[in-house]
Formats: sequence, structure tokens, C-alpha cells
Amino acid sequence: MSENTPLLEVKDLKQYFTINTGLLQSKQLKAVDGVSFSINKGETLGLVGESGCGKTTVGRSLLNLYKPTSGQIFYEGKEIKTRNDIKEFRKKATMVFQDPYSSLNPRMTVSYIIGEPLDVHKLYKTKEEREARILELMGYVGLNSEHASRYAHEFSGGQRQRIGIARALAVNPDFIVCDEPVSALDVSIQAQVINMFEELQEKFGLTYLFIAHDLLVVRHISDRIAIMYLGKMVEIADAEEIYNHPLHPYSKSLLSAVPIPDPKIARTNKRIVLSGDIPSPLNAPSGCPFRTRCAYAVERCAETMPEFKEVSTDHFVACHRTSEIN
Amino acid sequence: MFNKEKPFSLQQNLDEFLPATDEEKEYLVQMRPSTTFFKDGVKRLLKNKIATLSLFVIVFITLASIFLPFFWPYAYEAQLGVTAGKPVDASYNNLKPFEYGRTELKAIEAGEKVFPHIFGTDSAGRDYFIRVVYGTRISLAVGFFASIIVLIIGMTVGSISGYFGGKVDLLIMRIVDIIYSLPDMLMVILLSSVLKDTLRPYITGTILANLGSNMISLYVVFGLLYWVSMARLIRGQILSLREQEYVLAARATGAPGGWIIRKHLLPNSISVVIISTALQIPSAIFTESYLSFLGLGVDAPMPSLGSLASDALNGISSYSYRLVIPAIVISLIVLSLNLFGDGLRDAFDPKLNG
Ligand SMILES: Nc1ncnc2c1ncn2[C@@H]1O[C@H](COP(=O)(O)OP(=O)(O)OP(=O)(O)O)[C@@H](O)[C@H]1O
Ligand code: SF4
Ligand SMILES: [Mg+2]
Repeated sequence: MSENTPLLEVKDLKQYFTINTGLLQSKQLKAVDGVSFSINKGETLGLVGESGCGKTTVGRSLLNLYKPTSGQIFYEGKEIKTRNDIKEFRKKATMVFQDPYSSLNPRMTVSYIIGEPLDVHKLYKTKEEREARILELMGYVGLNSEHASRYAHEFSGGQRQRIGIARALAVNPDFIVCDEPVSALDVSIQAQVINMFEELQEKFGLTYLFIAHDLLVVRHISDRIAIMYLGKMVEIADAEEIYNHPLHPYSKSLLSAVPIPDPKIARTNKRIVLSGDIPSPLNAPSGCPFRTRCAYAVERCAETMPEFKEVSTDHFVACHRTSEIN
Repeated sequence: MFNKEKPFSLQQNLDEFLPATDEEKEYLVQMRPSTTFFKDGVKRLLKNKIATLSLFVIVFITLASIFLPFFWPYAYEAQLGVTAGKPVDASYNNLKPFEYGRTELKAIEAGEKVFPHIFGTDSAGRDYFIRVVYGTRISLAVGFFASIIVLIIGMTVGSISGYFGGKVDLLIMRIVDIIYSLPDMLMVILLSSVLKDTLRPYITGTILANLGSNMISLYVVFGLLYWVSMARLIRGQILSLREQEYVLAARATGAPGGWIIRKHLLPNSISVVIISTALQIPSAIFTESYLSFLGLGVDAPMPSLGSLASDALNGISSYSYRLVIPAIVISLIVLSLNLFGDGLRDAFDPKLNG
């Protein structure tokens, strides 16, 4: 792999769901509508957006858990297309789920859950080898060996998420989609789990797509940040760059809502409060999806969808008026 | 990392979180006894007195019907008045309970012990008690195996339909609907009277001949008609379980469809499966009984509870107990299986309580 091929590249990914709105009537829900981005080896891309904007769907269609409506996914420069590609891809890319409760089968023991990927891909020769690997994985995420024979429903949220992480690590992946892995957890545990993600990344050279709706969490762990709104990507840039110079009106409002540790700055900082609700993805506005709530919206915004273009190095924005506003 | 020099900030500093030491973890893990869903269910089941009693009755009847024929001095098909080379001794026909035939009376006078005919004999001079026991065995076997057939077909079809969804599901469910809409009593009678004769030439000379064509057509009828409700039930279960995130997680590891059905979906619907199988057995026994009663059941001289009741109709005025006894046994079996099935449902699947 050459220096400048990204580990994973997503081009114009679309994921539409057909929703039955009545007898024999159905509508297309554009959960993800033309999203493109790439992730380099060893980096963490944070994916941020309001609830329902399609973050989880991006993660899942990326891993082919939903069959994408259209779009291409390249892994190490090779397109994932056939069943065989997907099968191989599953050994390299795994997922940590948003809900640590429903993502573990309550009738199964921890050692079965963590061992399942090993069983599916037949990654061991003897029973002892399997056992040893499971204990090793449990060690990585800070679970004791006596937890192995217990059932998932006996654990707390934080411990369950650790089990989920151990499962994701089982096949020795290069890439993990972390779907809001901490938002269901208690604040005091969130930090522990995030630190663990960082340690694991360092230890195994992992690449993350880290989904969250909390910008603070994402800033802490991400190298780059992507911001989504209503199924579309609105801005991607380096974490610090987005923090200091957000360009898209939506990013600006998101960032102004982040609590600022310094009361002096906080007082002078003007919070941009968005008016109105996020529109339903079932009838998204024409043109720019953000125009119904955008303070800078002009006629053009309703007519054409702004292009997602690079305004400075590695800083992409989708807004007609980027240069005028900033 | 955000704010070292602002001591009054409430902002959490993520770097200050250290991994917990082993002792701390030990302290935090509550050591509950590891009870599984299954153990819980068994406990609840045993608390239910009616269900426990029913289970006891079922086990007792089953064991008796299996083992008694081995010890009983009379065989179910032996006509006691018929001995090779001698004229038929009609005194053995239609004995009342605890009466003896002519030669037996002689033997008793000579001081020998003769085993009593507890329920008397039937019109062909066969010991009625052992016929009832044997009939129970046949009826239970029919009920049990028919339910297994229903279970296997229903489970396979239902889980495929539920898991794969889409067109497969649509097709299977239309077939199910069609079978459902057939009047089942009529179909059972038609099918078994047609199959009875068509099957006969195929099975003569094979082991299946021992079973008799009627018995086989019975199983075929069950296999063809009765799987639909099981399939529907399991499809519904699988449909709702399929949406669980742990199924998606299993797919994310690359597990194929069959694996997910076997390891995740069926085990999680097992309680429903067991319960409905337990409730399927009495319905199969019942169906067999009325088919036998109509003369479409097991082949003579093999008795089943239904055919015993049917035979008893001829002498109903003088020998009414011959109808009453198999009827009581059928009721007892069906009742206790139903009560036990209800108990199972309450213990393992409180949600299903209707
Ligand atoms: N399987 C599905 N079928 C139909 N619609 C779906 C499906 N999955 C998601 N959606 C819809 O797609 C949209 C995006 O959902 P998604 O779960 O990706 O949002 P999200 O950004 O992850 O939100 P959250 O922060 O709450 O997790 C929502 O409107 C949701 O209702
Ligand atoms: S394109 Fe128009 S509506 Fe959309 S963010 Fe830019 S200014 Fe606002
Ligand atoms: Mg989500």
C-alpha cells in the first residue's frame, strides 16, 4: 500500500430505506444520501451529527450490514463488491455497537460471545488455543478470567461495552467502526472506555471511524472530524481546524453549543441557537438540507444542492456561501 | 487536557482517569449466583402444582405403556380361546372384568394361579387391559412422533421464512395461508383414506409394513397439514428477534444465515418451540383417536385408544365400560399434556400468557 492510498475510501454512498406509509404505499427514506470520505491508516475519523442524521447507517452500510443503495467502498484501494470480498472484509473491519444491552445475546456466555468471530472464521486449531485467545482478549479490555462463563445479562453497561470491544478485536482487525460506544454509558465510565480505545489503537495500530454526537468526546479522540446533517456530509477537516475555524453554518452552531471550559471565553462567546426542528428525512428540503434552519440561507440554497468541495487543504465544506460568510 | 490552569472548571479531565486496579474491579463486580434463564424456568415450573402433577401423570402413563406389555402374561393380539388344533373356545369372548375362561377355571380348581383379566376380554377373546395399555402406547407414539414431524418441518420453514424475509417469506406465507384455509378435518379424512390404499403397495416388504399403511398415512397427513401453525409461530418469533442488534453483530462477524438461525434465533425462541410442541402432542393424539374412531386409524389387530373406543360401540349397551375406559385414558392424557403445556408456557414465557 502506498503512502497516499487511504485505508478506506467511501464514494458517494447512498442508503435509502423503503418505508411503508400505508396500504400499498411506500416512500423512500434517504438515511444516507451521497456521502464520500476517506480514512487513512492509523487515524481516527470522528463522525458527528444530531440524532437521526444517519451516522449509524453510514457505519453499517460501510460494513455492508445493509446493502448500500449505491456507492462504492474501497478497502486498501480495492473495491468491496462480491460476496467473497465482503467475507474477507469482515476479517479486517469490525464494529462496536451503540447499545451495549441489545448488542449482546442475553442467552450466551461471555466466552461464547467473544469467541464467536473466532468460530466463524475458524481462527484456532485446538480448544485450548481458542480458550487462550479469549482470555487474552478479555485481558485487553480489562475483564477478569472468571467473567468468561457468565451470561451477558449479568453485567453492567460499561462491562458489556468491554465485551463488545473484545468481540470486535477478536479477528485482529485493522479497522473498527465505533458507533457511539460511550453514549449509553455513565459519564464516569465514558472516560475509562475512551482511554481504552486510545490504548488499543496504539497497541494494535487500529484505524477508527468513531461515531458520536458529543463533540468533546470526538475532539479528544479524533484526528479528523466529519459533520453530517440529514444524511449528507456538510464538513470534514482536521479536528483542530474544525474547532478553530468551522466554516459551515451548521458546524458553527454545533460548536457554539459545546460547553467551554473557560468561563471568560464562554461569556464572550455567542451561542448560535438553531431555530426549528431537524426536518424528517422522509421529506428533506430541496437544495441545501440545512436551509430551513440556516441564518444565511438565500434563494440559491433552495434551488441547488451545494457541492462538497475542498476550500483549503483537506478541509471540505458543502455550502454555497462559504467565502461570503467567513 | 483541556484546562489545567482553571481549577474551578467542572470539566472532566480525561487524563486523570486511571484504569481500575484488579482489587477495585473485584469490589465492583457483584457476585450474584449465576442463574440462567433455564434454571429459573424449571424453578417456576416446579412451583406450579398442577403442572407438576400433570407431568407426573404423563410420565407414569408413558412408562406404564412402554414397560407393562413386557411383563403382562397376555399379548395384545392373542385370542385366548384360540389354540392351534382345537376348536375355538367361545367362553373366552366378552368376559366381564375378573371373569375367567373355561380352561382357566379348571386350572384354578387344580390349584394353579391364573392372572386375572382386569378389564375382561373383548369380543374376540383378547385381554382388554393389555389392549388398552398397548393402545395407549400407540396413541402416545403417534402423538409424539407426529409432533416431532410438525416441529421439524414447521421450524425449518418458519425460520427460513422469518430470517430471509422478502419474496421467500411472501411465497411461503401464501402456501401457509392456503393450507390454513382448507377445512382440516375434511382434508385429514380425505388424505388418509386416499393415502391408505396408495401407500400399501410401496411399503409391503419394508420395515414400514410393520407400522401399517394407515399409521404412515397418518404421519404424512400431519406432516402435510399441521406444520403451518408451528411455522407461523416460529416465523413471528424470528421476525422479531431478527431485528435485535446482537443478530446484526453476528452478521458483522461474518456469520452466515444458517449459523445465525441455529445459534442465535432458534435458541432464543426455544421456549416457544417447546411449549407449542407440548401442546401439539395432545392435538395429534386427539386427531389420531377420531381417525381411528372413523376406521381410518391404525391397522387391526393393532389397537389405539381411538380404535378401541370405536370397536366398543358394537356392544355399547352390555359392555359400556369398554368405551369408557379408553375414553378416560384419552382424556387423562390430553388433559394432563395440556395442563403441563400451560405450565411450561407460564414458567418459560410469561409474555405469551393470553
Ligand atoms: N433499518 C431501517 N429501516 C428504515 N429506516 C431506518 C433504518 N435504520 C435507520 N433508519 C432511519 O434512518 C435515519 C438515520 O438513522 P440512524 O440510526 O443512522 O441515525 P443516527 O445518526 O445513528 O442517530 P442516533 O444518534 O440516534 O443513533 C433515521 O431517520 C432512521 O429512522
Ligand atoms: S448552502 Fe445556504 S442554506 Fe446551506 S448552509 Fe450554506 S448558506 Fe446555509
Ligand atoms: Mg446511531
